Amino acid sequence: MTSPHAALLSRDLALARGGGAGLGLVFFLLVVTLTPFAVGPDLALLRRIGPAILWLGALLATLLGLDRLLQADHEDGGLDLIHLAPAPLETMVATKILAHWLTTGLPLVLAAPLFGVMLDLGPAALGKTALALLVGTPALASLGAVGAALTVGLRRGGLLVPVLILPLAIPTLIFGVAASDPARDGFGPLGALAGLTLGYMVLGPIAAAAALRALRE
Amino acid sequence: MKLVAEDLTVSRGGRLVLVGVGFAVAAGGALAVVGPNGAGKSTLLRTLAGLITPDSGSVRIEGDDDEPRERMHLLGHLDAVKAGLTVERNLRFARDALGGEGVLQAALDHVGLGALAELPGAVLSAGQRRRLALARLICAPRPVWLLDEPTAALDAAGQRLLERLVAEHRAKGGLVVAATHMELGFEDAETLDLGKSAARSRNSALMSRP
Repeated sequence: MTSPHAALLSRDLALARGGGAGLGLVFFLLVVTLTPFAVGPDLALLRRIGPAILWLGALLATLLGLDRLLQADHEDGGLDLIHLAPAPLETMVATKILAHWLTTGLPLVLAAPLFGVMLDLGPAALGKTALALLVGTPALASLGAVGAALTVGLRRGGLLVPVLILPLAIPTLIFGVAASDPARDGFGPLGALAGLTLGYMVLGPIAAAAALRALRE
Repeated sequence: MKLVAEDLTVSRGGRLVLVGVGFAVAAGGALAVVGPNGAGKSTLLRTLAGLITPDSGSVRIEGDDDEPRERMHLLGHLDAVKAGLTVERNLRFARDALGGEGVLQAALDHVGLGALAELPGAVLSAGQRRRLALARLICAPRPVWLLDEPTAALDAAGQRLLERLVAEHRAKGGLVVAATHMELGFEDAETLDLGKSAARSRNSALMSRP
């Protein structure tokens, strides 16, 4: 027998394969491509702000699929089915976050070293940025789930999600960019980033499940 | 085993929808919840399933230690069919999420969708989506069925299929609560009329208590 969590994970991965998973990646690529046009052909400048651009691009790209994360299941009754599953709503939401991160966050992490070359980042900066994104993007996905849960019944909720969650993503952004800085030695910022992510990964599903419970009808 | 609802009071958007509704349905029993549009039939079923928290009152299954929601099927207006997944994949998710172990193809054959197993959910008609929802009842056995307008969009053969499924389910000791506008053809079903005033609904609730 497959557990409810495994069933939900494999279904969400199958749904993501069906379409929409590559959109965030293309958006990420566009942000990285447009920035050099905006700041001009100054390689030294690009190299210096490269990690920040990658982080901003990843942050914005993470927002793309969030409006459908819970809304689709809300509209077609899938959330009712999830509610009746013999598993806590919190862990079911955590499973949805995992599926979302695997299909949107992880591709960004893997693409970042490639896109970073366009910003003239060196090997050390590329490696550190990818590692920081790997550690930081689960926090963004967890935060996003809270925003998605809070706006689940709203018609234009998708526009509200970024407004709700971007302020809360600031700590992750600060420590993420600091951890990506090749000039900085040691793992201090990365440790802080990992701590933040662990906190968000625990609190995110709990807050999102509470919002779903409070808002369902 | 017995489904017991006691003194349920539920308000939606600041308006009282259900006041003091109570009933008990024993194993093998069926309860038809009737009443005009807006009487609170769907609200009652969703409250029984735990999707709506009542202002007061309680729902429990006597003789069962699991959480009530883990022993219930809720067939609502929405069939939770994903357009991008095949019919079989849709059913497999519902079965696994609900913790069932039934054979998918057999359940699909039973509801008349056996030939459509590999087609995407998008091509199903409203009646076929309903049949797919009925297949969930077969492959993930649970003792309490909450059916909200179960015959909506079903053709005559589909309604007979539903009657047969319900009869088999009750014969095996399951129980059914169905919200409906029309005669469902369930044998010896008790009736809970939400259309009366709050006081009357309290009375009918008392009368329907065995």
